[in-house]
Amino acid sequence: MAVTVSSERDTVASPVQRAFREALYAGAISLGLFVLFIGLKTDQNISNQLILVTRWWLLITVVVLTMLGRFFYIAYGQPFMANQKIANVATGLLPASVASRFFLLPAFIGAIVLAVVLFVFGGALPGLVGDGLAGYLQFLRALAVIYALACVIFYFRAYIHDNFTKLGVTALVLYPILVVGVLSLMSWSFVGGLQGSLKWIDNFGIQILIYVMLAWGLNIVVGLAGLLDLGYVAFYAVGAYAYALLGSHYGLSFWILLPAAGAMAAFWGVMLGFPVLRLRGDYLAIVTLAFGEIIRLVLINWREVTNGSAGISGIPKVTFFGLMTFNSTDPNYIGKVLHIAQSSAYYKIFLYYLILALALLTAFVTIRLRRMPVGRAWEALREDEIACRSLGINTTTTKLTAFATGAMFGGFAGAFFSARQGFVSPESFVFLESAIILAIVVLGGMGSLVGIAVAAMVMIGGTEALRELDFLKQVFGKDFTPELYRMLLFGMAMVIVMLWKPRGFVGSREPTAFLKERRAVSSSFTKEGHG
Amino acid sequence: MQYFVQQLINGLTLGSIYGLIAIGYTMVYGIIGMINFAHGDIFMVGAFAALVVFLILGALFYSVPVVLALLIMMIVAMLLTSLYNWTIEKVAYRPLRGSFRLAPLITAIGMSIALSNFIQVTQGPRNKPIPPMVSQVYNINGISVSLKQIIIVIVTALLLALFWYLVNRTSLGRAQRACEQDRKMAALLGVDVDRTISITFIMGAALAAVAGTLFLMYYGVIAFSDGFVPGVKAFTAAVLGGIGSLPGAVLGGLLIGFIESMWSAYFSIDYKDVAAFSILAIVLIFLPSGILGRPEVEKV
Repeated sequence: MAVTVSSERDTVASPVQRAFREALYAGAISLGLFVLFIGLKTDQNISNQLILVTRWWLLITVVVLTMLGRFFYIAYGQPFMANQKIANVATGLLPASVASRFFLLPAFIGAIVLAVVLFVFGGALPGLVGDGLAGYLQFLRALAVIYALACVIFYFRAYIHDNFTKLGVTALVLYPILVVGVLSLMSWSFVGGLQGSLKWIDNFGIQILIYVMLAWGLNIVVGLAGLLDLGYVAFYAVGAYAYALLGSHYGLSFWILLPAAGAMAAFWGVMLGFPVLRLRGDYLAIVTLAFGEIIRLVLINWREVTNGSAGISGIPKVTFFGLMTFNSTDPNYIGKVLHIAQSSAYYKIFLYYLILALALLTAFVTIRLRRMPVGRAWEALREDEIACRSLGINTTTTKLTAFATGAMFGGFAGAFFSARQGFVSPESFVFLESAIILAIVVLGGMGSLVGIAVAAMVMIGGTEALRELDFLKQVFGKDFTPELYRMLLFGMAMVIVMLWKPRGFVGSREPTAFLKERRAVSSSFTKEGHG
Repeated sequence: MQYFVQQLINGLTLGSIYGLIAIGYTMVYGIIGMINFAHGDIFMVGAFAALVVFLILGALFYSVPVVLALLIMMIVAMLLTSLYNWTIEKVAYRPLRGSFRLAPLITAIGMSIALSNFIQVTQGPRNKPIPPMVSQVYNINGISVSLKQIIIVIVTALLLALFWYLVNRTSLGRAQRACEQDRKMAALLGVDVDRTISITFIMGAALAAVAGTLFLMYYGVIAFSDGFVPGVKAFTAAVLGGIGSLPGAVLGGLLIGFIESMWSAYFSIDYKDVAAFSILAIVLIFLPSGILGRPEVEKV
């Protein structure tokens, strides 16, 4: 945001002069902000007393970087963007004009060649050029792959836009097969490919899909019915503990407990919803937040049942519909039944398809419900509650169904979560989780399933990818842990994305009920609900 | 009876801290209708600033009178925390002011995550204990009152009086109340709305910084994650008292403090937070706009 001092001075001052002034302001502010926290560090000495360590050089670096950033943004960034805007309007080629200059065919071919070469020599690199350079080259390889993929997406954008759902689902279904295939080719062995795929399928695939499912579930409450729920993680916790307790104490199967966990979470949704749904807007938000905290505190303190903060471990794994198991000691272990090599990757791949199926179920139910009277009532409620009431819609029941349906999917996801982890503790159900899920829903553009999936992929995949930035250790020294900065960057990304697209990635809404012709409605004409 | 009075004093101390934080929530909510989720972390930043100043004072001087030290800590923390809140408002909330309601809420949550992790990254994840600053305890009829508690209550009372004067008797306060009622009309009548909102954030942050300093002095320890729980409780207090109402925030803070100390004294200390949150839910069911809040008028 351009912090202009006064409009008269702006007309006189050239961009560079103005940039100087702004850079000085920015420097002064960042000096004020960081002098105590970056310039000084509190540390414990040997006798456990706090002492101060000075880091003036770091402080100076940060302040100078802020000033330079501000200077270049005002002096060159802003005029460039303004010119771009004018050029785009004049030529009628909206943002594509910049993009088509960025995605060039020679660069695309170059990126592919680079990626292939680096992949082929991937194993031999540290020996050839040393560890430090190899780290950079691996980063370069990742960039080349990303660039090539972005090029493909850019060239086929019209086709992708038209068939997004089909393509997306196909890609998700093929993802584990592709990962295992590529990794097997790279290491020239199927078992090696299976082992290598663990990270990709578990950390990226399953992790992202869990959040996609949770966000789609919360979307029913926030996006469709317009009720602000800050304690969604409570239902996730109910589902997780339902499976963890019933599964480990009574030995019940996952396939019985999955619906039971959903039903229990839905029951709690109704229990919470019934008294508080008279509240509006932010009062509802704070009560749901309080409810989420209450569930977490009960889980911590009811030690006889939940084992307190130590959590429950040894939660049974999911079986392959009772036919095969994934415990290598069992007589009907999948490897023994199918006569294939023993590997822990089968379980992860199975879990991947399980969560994919659950997430798609959520999406399917959401799409179907939107066309039913109850779904239309939710959307009507979001747009105008008073009009709803005057048209004879029972707002309490409508809100309750939204709460219960959303909670049910949270419960499903929770049961899956505890089966996947094999361990649950109250640590997993803190407010931060609710906030992340809500952020995904809002960043995706409330109500849009595709947008939410993209937001989950960007936010969760992005933070997971930060774990992979080992090459930074070579830049900043061995003590540098990129993981520490994960949540800091996550928080800042939330702010930046929101400032850049306040309506989320997919801002427009497609109405389910329409006259003659379906037209997308720009988000500026839709309301977001107020209670 | 002695035990009861003892708990009443503990509750008053706790409630004063919550009340100071709650004012920040309620003022921001009153003026721009947004839940400033980062406020709990602003409180934590204030406490950390006080901690660093405390260590600087300890390193520079052999001994500083406690009152002077506290005063310096408070003033520096207030200035620095105000700068933080002012910057955050400018960067993260102002561009979204005309946007839809959930957008600033999400940036506030993002800012809250970023702030607490910023402190974690720069200052380290461990608890930061300081030696006790004040340790006198007075015994009156078997009720022990520590000097810390007296300082907290007196500082809070003084600040609230000053704050009451600011809001009710100065032109700044008048501008604030005008913006709260109708921002557009206030702008038409020549109130600089942007400036008034900035000052509101600064005032909220200053009060939170004082709360942070007092918290640090009372418990003698602070960690980067300590912003969340007091923040949520202060927000609960603001809602309990009726969000948007300044006396309501103080009343709510005191109530939450009393509930917590009474519950831990007579029932179980584990469930004190559960009790506070449950009472919030119960109060809201019967008084949907809090204790002192104005009922929302629905217009068609």
